[in-house]
Amino acid sequence: MKQKIITNLLAGMAGLGIALGAATAHATPEADRQDLIKYYTEKYPNIKIDDYVYGALAFDADSKSQYDAIMEFPPYESDIDKGRKMWETPFKNGKTYADCLPNGGKQIAGNFPMFDDAKGKVVTLQMAINACRTANGEEAYKESDMKTMGLLTAYMRTLSDGMLMNVKVEGPKAMAAYEDGKRTFFSRAGQLNFACSSCHVQNAGNRLRSELISPAIGQAVHWPVFRGGDNLFTLQRRYEGCFKSVRAISAPQGSEQLNNLEYFHSSISNGLPMKASVFRK
Amino acid sequence: MRKLHQLITACAVGAITLTGSALAADAAKEPTGKQLAFDRSKGNCLACHGMPTQPDAESTGTYGPPLIAMSARYPDKAKLRAQIWDAMAFNPATTMPPFGKHQVMTEQEIDKVTDFIYGL
Ligand code: HEC
Ligand code: HEC
Repeated sequence: MKQKIITNLLAGMAGLGIALGAATAHATPEADRQDLIKYYTEKYPNIKIDDYVYGALAFDADSKSQYDAIMEFPPYESDIDKGRKMWETPFKNGKTYADCLPNGGKQIAGNFPMFDDAKGKVVTLQMAINACRTANGEEAYKESDMKTMGLLTAYMRTLSDGMLMNVKVEGPKAMAAYEDGKRTFFSRAGQLNFACSSCHVQNAGNRLRSELISPAIGQAVHWPVFRGGDNLFTLQRRYEGCFKSVRAISAPQGSEQLNNLEYFHSSISNGLPMKASVFRK
Repeated sequence: MRKLHQLITACAVGAITLTGSALAADAAKEPTGKQLAFDRSKGNCLACHGMPTQPDAESTGTYGPPLIAMSARYPDKAKLRAQIWDAMAFNPATTMPPFGKHQVMTEQEIDKVTDFIYGL
């Protein structure tokens, strides 16, 4: 059964060259990442992989300089401030997030999502934050709520700025979750019949209408983003948007399917620096 | 001024629904092949294809090749229609949506779009 799915995937990927297709069979996450890097750099030899953290901006110098100007005085600074207050306000029991998370919550975002062997599933940073809340007698936030979880992570993730993405996939169960996320990424969905890879691998650097398409590597390191300067999007809210745009029904934010997708999608950005809360169109 | 305009439009629409037969109203709404090809909720071909002979084909995407000289390149019009109906039949890795197979457009709509594209 599993083999069948993989064969279908391979067929779908045929046009992409053997490198990526072969990776779909029995590759390690590191080999998958290297294959993707090879694919992009052969296509765009003049763009450094390090610049992929800028997404589509890496392909367009004009938009990149507009972005740089906006980032000097980000229009969403008051939102980050709200997040900071949420982060610093103690729970009713007097404890704080910093007491509860490893390393006081600093320089940890690049370790997430991580596979929790005891729980047997992927744990995202948002889940770790919620675990902290419930362990201290607070109610969990809804993962899709931009006014609570969104704002809180908009600040909290800045504490990991500069950390290199460092997602680990160790052991058969972790590998199964990774493979599940990878399958979601490469499988066609929706009435319009796209996989994530149809756009962000096959067509990275192309335009869909006037929209330049970003490569999948580098996509996971800079969340949340403020679209249009004030509309907060977490990474999984973005996934939902991309599913909708191909007329597919997205699994809910925080679901195992999207968590596994985030696990795979983050690991291909391993080695790239984190930067929380950036501007996007 | 704006208000007045809206009022007039509303009256016009009302008049059609009140006086015209159902058939006439439908005929008035029937989109052309070009309109279907340009419509973002139907063909949306411009998302991916340039159409160099159509001056109003603006901000076109680059996923697919420009659509030009189609009757020369597709002597068999049925093959052109088949490409639009399900591009995966010719290239399993294509990123062009299967407009017929996935019922993004009806058979009649695809006929019209094919006619329009054939003329490019
Ligand atoms: C039909 C095309 C299409 C498909 C399929 C698609 N996306 Fe996107 N995606 C876009 C466009 C357009 C944007 C906005 C431009 C950009 O940043 O790439 C975008 C943006 C993104 C971004 C934000 C990048 C940034 O730096 O702001 C992420 C993350 C993303 N997509 C992930 C995914 C995932 C995961 C999937 C599959 C579930 C997916 N996309 C499927 C078109 C698509
Ligand atoms: C999301 C992208 C996308 C959309 C939307 C799209 N196409 Fe395509 N189209 C492609 C790609 C990519 C190709 C290249 C061949 C292939 O992969 O099938 C292509 C190829 C074609 C070809 C063959 C061209 C040639 O030179 O042989 C025709 C004809 C065509 N498309 C017509 C259409 C029409 C008509 C529409 C709208 C109803 C449309 N396409 C919408 C992506 C798209």
